[in-house]
Amino acid sequence: MKFLTDRKRAIGMGSGREGTHHHWQMIISSIALCFAVPVFVITFGVIFGSNHEEVLSYLSRPLPALALGISLVVGILHFRQEIVEAVEDYVHGVAGKLTLFGTTAFTYVLIAVALFALAKIAL
Amino acid sequence: MVQFNLPKNSTIRVGKTWPKPDGAKNVRKVNIYRWNPDDGENPRVDTYFVDMDTCGPMVLDILIKIKNEIDPTLTFRRSCREGICGSCAMNIGGVKSRGINTLACIYGHDEIEGDIAIYPLPHMPVIKDLIPDLTHFYAQHASIMPWLETKTNRPAKEWKQSIEDRKKLDGLYECVMCASCSTSCPSYWWNGDRYLGPAALLHAYRWIIDSRDEATGERLDELEDPFKLYRCHTIMNCAKTCPKGLNPAKAIAEIKKMMVERVV
Repeated sequence: MKFLTDRKRAIGMGSGREGTHHHWQMIISSIALCFAVPVFVITFGVIFGSNHEEVLSYLSRPLPALALGISLVVGILHFRQEIVEAVEDYVHGVAGKLTLFGTTAFTYVLIAVALFALAKIAL
Repeated sequence: MVQFNLPKNSTIRVGKTWPKPDGAKNVRKVNIYRWNPDDGENPRVDTYFVDMDTCGPMVLDILIKIKNEIDPTLTFRRSCREGICGSCAMNIGGVKSRGINTLACIYGHDEIEGDIAIYPLPHMPVIKDLIPDLTHFYAQHASIMPWLETKTNRPAKEWKQSIEDRKKLDGLYECVMCASCSTSCPSYWWNGDRYLGPAALLHAYRWIIDSRDEATGERLDELEDPFKLYRCHTIMNCAKTCPKGLNPAKAIAEIKKMMVERVV
């Protein structure tokens, strides 16, 4: 590595020819969250402070359950994209790859658990 | 992994305090980062007292006065003293104001409250005192092909450009490659080996948007990379610090827009 030219060091392995898809997905999920978060706040705010039976009954209605489900899925997917950015920024090498693997697995498990819980309540 | 602490041999120590000038009434305290690769010592901050009644208005004037009259070993780059060559970029601040990367030749010392602190551009290897090693920075600039690429046969006289198309280059061509923006960018601090940084990307956009250039696709292809381009998180330090008043963040956003337009 010591005898690499400056130009070769700057070019590295060239372009990865990707990143735009991730950037576009971030824009889409950001815009989606602009709508989903207020809907989530309103949906959840309506039943805030209610007792267990009232919450179960409310979330068994299709509209609140769908609003909550969409908010959770979009929110967690957006969170995953952000985590990828943060890991790429700060954790490099093998540790970075393992962290990406772990965080990606964690977010998909989180989505599965959230949807399972919601389905159990709603159905 | 990002390194949050300085290595032991980079820890800055208290340096020499030079005597105050005799008989001077308007004296200003100036703290300057010093490091000499030849003495094997850690970096230090030396303190100088400058007679402002016999000093020019710019921070560069202070540095030249110190070098001429107090300490000839102080090392820094300078050339045009007009804000054109970009040589004298450094981190300048005070006790009350935070440091900013700028050109010492066009930054008035009256803009700084209290004592003056001068450091080399941050997060770059230091060659000596206030001189950063910009080798990688320049190599990254070269990697974006900062020249006109054409495939059509060369015209008899010149490549023509409309007034409207020429105006698109305003706010881009003025960059003097002083590295103030790139060295103020946290993304460049952490990933400067792979992220091209605001200066190189501003230049890349300058050639992408040039109506005469015929390598737009190839240029975009080369930039489409999670690290080369997409490490920019729109922090905007680049636009805030640019001594020429340019906006590299906007140029990067325009490149990203073009990337999306290609695929969506």
